[in-house]
Amino acid sequence: MSQAALRNVSLEIEDGELVGIIGPTGSGKSTLIQHFNGLLKPDSGKVFVDGVDLTLKDTQLRLIRQKVGMVFQYPEHQLFGETVLEDVGFGPRNIGLSDEDVIQRVREALAYVGLDFEAIKDKSPFELSGGQKRRVAIAGVLAMRPSVLVLDEPTAGLDPEGREEILAEISQLHNDGITVVLVTHSMEDIARLATRLIVMDRGTVALDGTPVEVFREVARLRELGLGVPEITELMHELKARGLDVRTDILTVPEAEEEIIRVMGWRK
Amino acid sequence: MFRSVTIGQHIPGDSIIHRLDPRTKILSALALIVLLFVIDGFVGYGLAALAIALVVRASKIPGRFVLRGIRPLMVILVLTLALHLFMTDGRVIFQFLFLKVTWEGLIRGLLMGTRLILLIIGTSMLTLTTSPMQLTDGIETLLRPGKRIGIPAHELAMMMTIALRFIPTLLEETEKIMKAQMARGADFQSGGLMQRAKSLIPLLVPLFVNAFRRADDLAIAMEARGYRGGEGRTKLRELQFQQHDRIALILVAAFSILMGLLF
Repeated sequence: MSQAALRNVSLEIEDGELVGIIGPTGSGKSTLIQHFNGLLKPDSGKVFVDGVDLTLKDTQLRLIRQKVGMVFQYPEHQLFGETVLEDVGFGPRNIGLSDEDVIQRVREALAYVGLDFEAIKDKSPFELSGGQKRRVAIAGVLAMRPSVLVLDEPTAGLDPEGREEILAEISQLHNDGITVVLVTHSMEDIARLATRLIVMDRGTVALDGTPVEVFREVARLRELGLGVPEITELMHELKARGLDVRTDILTVPEAEEEIIRVMGWRK
Repeated sequence: MFRSVTIGQHIPGDSIIHRLDPRTKILSALALIVLLFVIDGFVGYGLAALAIALVVRASKIPGRFVLRGIRPLMVILVLTLALHLFMTDGRVIFQFLFLKVTWEGLIRGLLMGTRLILLIIGTSMLTLTTSPMQLTDGIETLLRPGKRIGIPAHELAMMMTIALRFIPTLLEETEKIMKAQMARGADFQSGGLMQRAKSLIPLLVPLFVNAFRRADDLAIAMEARGYRGGEGRTKLRELQFQQHDRIALILVAAFSILMGLLF
């Protein structure tokens, strides 16, 4: 009766990668990432984090969840604290840290998401703006000092400025050595950020490679109801109209350079 | 985690009982409740049980679904039996230290137990064969005459409908928030009573906040579609008494009066 949500998914994510997971709605993206910290366990198969098998009964999932931070969709819907300090400090307190350590962690986490600790710590999370709420919620996960951060559509429902800020913060975290897994619907965002792309389709991995490799499969992606970044689309269109440009281009500056090169213009 | 929870426990079907007007079924269930408190003695209960058995049979609902309703009330049943067994004065059957078991106690206990079981099975026939929507429809129509004395029939029915509609949504939301807090190291399972109650705060606060937010959204969406309350509102499907409803109601009335008089 029941259908498997994931089948034959075999992946290895290395330290320091920034992996984008894309796929149509219902392709198993959210189910997949919930296996990364043991919120879901596979009916068959294994999940390892730093060599620890999450499917074993005696695995300390608490430790794993500390290591693998998970930011769900609309994380601001999970805010509960009377103050920002209390809410962001929830994770560190659950680990059993001292008050000083908790405050230190909160300060550090809020700095990461670009919020001023002194200005915001005593405010109620419910009186903040939408973008601020989201950043406080993300800080709540960062306060656990995870070495892997998994985010499910972190920019959904934000205005362009909020998006840019969140994406810049994610990029910063990645530069600081945190492994990031990012589920998204935005091809533009992922093309710029990811070092690797995984495309899911009906519970299996359809494509897996660098953004350039994946976005080369324009036909396949269209078939799945996914697109390629608009700028890549443009390059394909130019090629189709007879201009001999490269099509493995993901950002506007790259495209600019390429068009200038092909046309023989000078800057 | 919560997928297994079924609410309303309605089992769709096409039996004569399923096809009855919800009002017929609600009234019959009320009659049964009154009847079960009026009659006394095993003969009366025996006949009532027979009548309920006939209805269960006619509904074509498998017996295990009907009996499943008793399980959550097992504790109350055992407690009722035990209390009556030990607390009634009368002819002693046997004595163990200060505990006396009496004839009268045994009889009373069994009678009360039977009454409870029949109540549960009888009323669960209503919820098993009637969809929540039909049920609220029936309640609304039955309460409509009460409008003059200030019973907001339509509003009550609408509230019930909305509450039922949002139960699965809330369960899903609960699961989501639980997962999010577990990812931050929350522990809902261990610790003492106080500890556990406290651990629910990070679950309940967002749940309520989101429920209020959703209620606001729903109210605006309803108004945007022209909802102005029950005044002058018409129905796509009006409830209508059929021939079989009349027959059923007459049968129920006759049976109730007869039983009430005899036992």
